[in-house]
Amino acid sequence: MIDPALPPHMRPDKSFQGLILALHAFWADKGCVVLQPYDMEVGAGTFHPATTLRALGPLPWKAAYVQPSRRPKDGRYGENPNRLQHYYQYQVILKPSPADLQDLYLASLDAIGIDLKLHDVRFVEDDWESPTLGAWGLGWECWCDGMEVSQFTYFQQLAGFECAPVAGELTYGLERLAMYVQGVENVYDLNFNGRDGAEKVTYGDVFLQAEQEYSRHNFEYADTDMLFEQFRMAESAAAKYLEAGWADGKARHLMAQPAYDQCIKASHVFNLLDARGVISVTERQSYILRVRELAKACGGAWLATAAGGVDVAKA
Amino acid sequence: MPDLLLELFSEEIPARMQAGAAENLRKLVTDALVERGLLYEGAKAFVTPRRLALAIHGLPAHQPDTHEERKGPRVGAPDAAIQGFLKAAGLFSLDEAKIVSDPKKGDSYVAHIHRHGRPTPDVVAEIVPEIVRGFPWPKSMRWGKASAETGSLRWVRPLQSILCTFGPETEEPEVVRFEIDGLKSGDTTRGHRFLSEGAIKVRRLDDWMAKLEAAFVVADRDRRKDIILNDAKDLALAQGLELVEDEGLLDEIAGLVEWPVVLMGSFEEGFLDVPDEVIRATIRANQKCFVLKDPSTGRLANRFILVSNLKASDGGKAIVAGNERVIRARLSDAKFFWETDKRTNATVSLEERLAKFGNVTFHEKLGSQLERIRRIAALAKTLAPLVGADPELAERAALYAKSDLRTEVVGEFPEVQGLMGKYYARLEGLPEEIALAAEEHYKPQGPTDRVPTAPVSIAVALADKLDTLVGFWAIDEKPTGSKDPYALRRAALGVVRLVLENGLRVNLKAAIIDAYKPILGKRYYDAASKELSDIENIAERMGSDDLADYAIRFEGSVKAVDPFEDLIPGYEGVAADLAADLLAFFADRLKVHLREQGARHDLVDAVFALPDQDDLLLIVKRVEALGRFLSSEDGRNLLAGTKRAANILRIEEKKDGVAYEGGVDAALLAEPEERALADAIADLRPQIEAALASEDFEGAMALIARLRAPVDAFFDKVTVNAEDRTLRENRLRLLADIRAATRAIADFDRIEG
Repeated sequence: MIDPALPPHMRPDKSFQGLILALHAFWADKGCVVLQPYDMEVGAGTFHPATTLRALGPLPWKAAYVQPSRRPKDGRYGENPNRLQHYYQYQVILKPSPADLQDLYLASLDAIGIDLKLHDVRFVEDDWESPTLGAWGLGWECWCDGMEVSQFTYFQQLAGFECAPVAGELTYGLERLAMYVQGVENVYDLNFNGRDGAEKVTYGDVFLQAEQEYSRHNFEYADTDMLFEQFRMAESAAAKYLEAGWADGKARHLMAQPAYDQCIKASHVFNLLDARGVISVTERQSYILRVRELAKACGGAWLATAAGGVDVAKA
Repeated sequence: MPDLLLELFSEEIPARMQAGAAENLRKLVTDALVERGLLYEGAKAFVTPRRLALAIHGLPAHQPDTHEERKGPRVGAPDAAIQGFLKAAGLFSLDEAKIVSDPKKGDSYVAHIHRHGRPTPDVVAEIVPEIVRGFPWPKSMRWGKASAETGSLRWVRPLQSILCTFGPETEEPEVVRFEIDGLKSGDTTRGHRFLSEGAIKVRRLDDWMAKLEAAFVVADRDRRKDIILNDAKDLALAQGLELVEDEGLLDEIAGLVEWPVVLMGSFEEGFLDVPDEVIRATIRANQKCFVLKDPSTGRLANRFILVSNLKASDGGKAIVAGNERVIRARLSDAKFFWETDKRTNATVSLEERLAKFGNVTFHEKLGSQLERIRRIAALAKTLAPLVGADPELAERAALYAKSDLRTEVVGEFPEVQGLMGKYYARLEGLPEEIALAAEEHYKPQGPTDRVPTAPVSIAVALADKLDTLVGFWAIDEKPTGSKDPYALRRAALGVVRLVLENGLRVNLKAAIIDAYKPILGKRYYDAASKELSDIENIAERMGSDDLADYAIRFEGSVKAVDPFEDLIPGYEGVAADLAADLLAFFADRLKVHLREQGARHDLVDAVFALPDQDDLLLIVKRVEALGRFLSSEDGRNLLAGTKRAANILRIEEKKDGVAYEGGVDAALLAEPEERALADAIADLRPQIEAALASEDFEGAMALIARLRAPVDAFFDKVTVNAEDRTLRENRLRLLADIRAATRAIADFDRIEG
């Protein structure tokens, strides 16, 4: 149930930011650290080091955050009511996965105003795999009245390493969820700040122009020479940092995160090149493999850090 | 006799795995029980999205007692052997063993071991954890704290509780106690996720079913399917509509709900501009809903049936409204794709659209989709006269047939490929033959799919399949065992059915060699290009992906050369070798096909053994005629006589080291029976050949039947292995003539019987 103490403009079914705040409040209450978005371009919330790296290794971890996600190919020049090249994911990661994770998830839906006695919520098989991250997990897409509103995954492998213990990951598609609770058919009509009349700011006010500009950029003008060069630079920088970071005869790593940044960079640049249509089918596979190799090496480095579970005093 | 109830309660099991898991559970548990001497009267498995259960009826309370006689060492054997025997037999001392005497081997010990059968719950508590740990899920996972350790329990999704009870119908059953990774068995379960609260205590099957039903769970999958289907039909009927039934969808939905509530929703009529198949594909694939038909028009109605898992407090209004919104959004996408495609087709020429296929790789070694489409078009043109199609039209149709693969609608819904091609061709005002070929050239897909009958469709369908077969044969990607990733068996069966069911006369060998021309041309060119092969060789030695990439890119730049002009001399010989191999593959497919229709595979072999058999229709006609002939008395006898002749020849030819072939000397024919046989053969052979030449197989069979009497009489009266060497050799030559005469029809050696 929505917190009855909220003023109307703060309600998750009235305002896009209210929805985010309600999820923050819910997961903060469950013991998550509430983080801010990662300050780099990524394709999904999973790329945030708070998920990709923190899900590796034995240490417990609970985090929640919003991650702006870029999918250059999904740009539609602002003309499609559902598809965006930049959108928000709400990401929750809990390691080890708690026994009542499904119940927690359902309670979070209740908190944003989805009445479970009124709406048909279902868990429909959807196995998750990220070839670029060398990762896979089993879980579901969560449906509310036939609409997919979240992804629910038990990570089994990340960066090529078995997850031990397994982390549970929840990803809410915020725009879709907001459209659903606000009863809006077009993403650009979403009420962003929950106000009415002259004070009302819509999602379109904030993002429509950006969607148009970036669609133009992603499909027509993104400088491919520069991007090819950036890919090579990111790849070689990652390799350099990975190499330089090893200490104590490979017992510890001192630069896993800076190396992983370059891996994220390479992945995003690849997505842009792909959107520009300059990567052939055969080459596509080899680029994905190259990013995966970086991700694996970064995962290996992370596992040799304190947060990756190494007892630094001993090592 | 007591009953066993087992329920494994978990988070949502994928719908597609449920039926298989139920069957596996039943089989694994009952097999394990039987193996331990526990026979049962009946077993039934149940499955819902959240539980996998098994009820076994009529199990004994104990395993039967067993008695075993174990032979031991001889009396006076070394102590180590005695101790070993005592340990193995579970005896404390030799006093408990008996001594038996054997006249040859002397005295030795024997232990009589009585074992009391263990109580059934103990046995169950032992086997269930084992089965759960090794359960054959297609994909399984680890979860929670336990997954920090290696070897933790795996299940399809987190396993939450286990119920296991055992007891006779009239008494309170006992809980079969066991523990798997900290999960303890008990006698409680849970009801519907949203409609029921708290744990439910259960005694046995009837109780379980009734209490679950009261807690909004229909445990029986078939009953859920019945409810869905009947309610859906009723709802449709009430609106004067007809449910478009869909068994696969029904199966899936039954695996997504524990308490099916069937509801009807609608969408704007304007969406009905989009072809029915696209609407259905959208609603089915994305929303898992049924569509409805208006019986007065035969077209889809603007209604759909959804199956929810919830008896909602508002009667389902919010659920219907939510589903309608999603379907509206999906249909506006579909409509947008459809309109975009129509606009593109109207403004962009086919040539320009085709050019885009140049960037799509069909197969790394077989070039782009564009190259493939051009090959198919050329071949369709060549084949057209054989199937009664206009060559120019067949070529145009083939160029058009795959153009829908780049459209928005097909990009989104691959299952409507071909069909969209038909719609778009009609909208573009192309001849109906082209529209039909776009849809039908993929057919037949498998042994039951419809076979196209329109000549242009046939030409394109044949060309499409031959190009696929020939291409993968050329790069040596043939099917092996159960592996057939490119569905080549299906393609070959497609050719067989197209030819036979349309009564077509096609010399497959020539067609195959034609199809090889562009493929081998390209491959030969590539192989001969020295720079390219060098790079590839170096790359291989260095194991470098980058170099291999260069090679592929270089290959890309070579592709621009017209392959037709770069045929290397000698290609025809290579093509003929490949064709012979591929023809043998066709023979196999034909055999399988005919066998499924009840024909004898040995007859197909007997006909295929003849030289130059590549006309499938004639082969089948000949097999049919042969089959009829051999089921007559004349046929059976002649077959026996011919086999006898062939056997004698085989033995004598081996003995003599020569092959007897023709040249019977009339002057040496001593007996009247052998003269009669020689005359009959001499008289019949030209007639048989004439009948075969005019493809009159029935006539040929009738003629050869006339050999039966003289052959029988010959074997009756004449001794082949005569004392006289010249007589004997002449008779062997006569036998060879029988063999030769029958071989004009089939290789009788390969016929069984």
